[in-house]
Amino acid sequence: MSNLPADLKYTASHEWIRDEGDGVVTIGITDHAQELLGDLVYVELPEIGREVDAEEAIAVVESVKAASDVYAPIAGEVVAVNEALSDSPEVINSDAYGAGWLLKMKIEDGALDDMLDVDAYQAVLDDEG
Amino acid sequence: MGNKTPLYDTHVAAGGKMVDFGGWDMPLNYGSQLDEHHVVRQDAGMFDVSHMTVVDVAGAEAKAFLRHLLANDIARLKDSGKALYGCMLKPDGGVIDDLITYFLDDEHYRLVVNAATRDKDIAWIMAQAGKFDVTVTERPELAMIAIQGPNARAKVNGLLSADTAAAAAALKVFFATVDGDWFIARTGYTGEDGYEIILPEGDAVDFWNRLVAAGVRPCGLGARDTLRLEAGMNLYGSDMDESTSPWSTGLAWTVALEPADRDFIGRAALEKEKADGVSMKRVGLVLEGKGVLRNHQRVVVAGVGEGEITSGGFSPTLGVGIALARVPKATGDRCQVDVRGKLLDCRVVTPPFVRNGQSCL
Repeated sequence: MSNLPADLKYTASHEWIRDEGDGVVTIGITDHAQELLGDLVYVELPEIGREVDAEEAIAVVESVKAASDVYAPIAGEVVAVNEALSDSPEVINSDAYGAGWLLKMKIEDGALDDMLDVDAYQAVLDDEG
Repeated sequence: MGNKTPLYDTHVAAGGKMVDFGGWDMPLNYGSQLDEHHVVRQDAGMFDVSHMTVVDVAGAEAKAFLRHLLANDIARLKDSGKALYGCMLKPDGGVIDDLITYFLDDEHYRLVVNAATRDKDIAWIMAQAGKFDVTVTERPELAMIAIQGPNARAKVNGLLSADTAAAAAALKVFFATVDGDWFIARTGYTGEDGYEIILPEGDAVDFWNRLVAAGVRPCGLGARDTLRLEAGMNLYGSDMDESTSPWSTGLAWTVALEPADRDFIGRAALEKEKADGVSMKRVGLVLEGKGVLRNHQRVVVAGVGEGEITSGGFSPTLGVGIALARVPKATGDRCQVDVRGKLLDCRVVTPPFVRNGQSCL
């Protein structure tokens, strides 16, 4: 079973969002997403300072099986990326919500309100069967 | 639901992630494809390949029939048990399938063909056999387990009867020994030493469980694919198919044009293509930076032309992106690959990338 922290927000495309305060959020892919992908071997991260629209592809995670886009859950500016993933992308498999974070973004106030909470995301997973 | 091998329940119980492969429900991995890959390079792993199709060809004209059916010449096989890899071609030279032929005697041969091409293979073989005094028998009641890795043979030998173990231990590379209903071949699809064992389906689960107890780790189709890619071995349907001939797909070594009077299917087309000049060749690619190469990515060779990746992936052993590609004949030792709109530099190499646990680069 996938592990789902209750304090995070989620998207139907399997990203998670953690509110760090001061308009900054951390973004990663969910445990369910890493499980579907299998062993991760490469992560392509955006340039710091890039302005992105909601639902724009901002990163690519590649497993032994396939390459998969990661989408910006919300519009904003990329303010940090997880450089450690360059040498050890497999930490996404072992710690999707912790050391496996992908990037941080600066977003508008209130932009998080439309994101899925843990129950809504669980419902998405249940629908996928 | 697809076809199931005799080991299906065993895979599910072991946590195998089951996926469709050519109409069969097969394990992709049992947790980590990377770990399964490494265990085959470093110790011993095993694959259920019971979905593959075993076909026995027997009769007074078995030899003449297979010399007509196959682009490689089974008359090269002089010692009982010897195996030969090669292709079955259409009259226009396109590859119907690649297969291994085992020579038992002049009237008995065993073929092992791919699972995904089973129906068309059987139909083609039967149609061609009509003109010959042979019987062609599919053997769906047989299971097949590939045990591969530097310690694979020793671990298997320890489970066999003394006589069988001695015969198996004495096998040279690409030879098989028959023991009643069991058929033990020193062959594989990983670039490591090991066996492919064909056995009655009723024996499969017990033997699999004994292998697990002997320290052989179950591995899925995912690891099988990265292992064969590192070994530079073609995958039917990706690296060659009915639209490509052996000349442009790295299979020229499996075509026997000599003796010149052997009339095999596809011969005239292959000779014509060769005389006209083959425009493409198969090469290996190694990505110089970080990333992964994927099937169907465009290959750009400056000043020469373009090609395509036919099998791309990440090499767990080397830690870099690697691929098999079909490129213009004049391609030198450098090229670029279009990865999501960026042209990334690659080195052009002659496969394999890895053999017997060691990098070939």
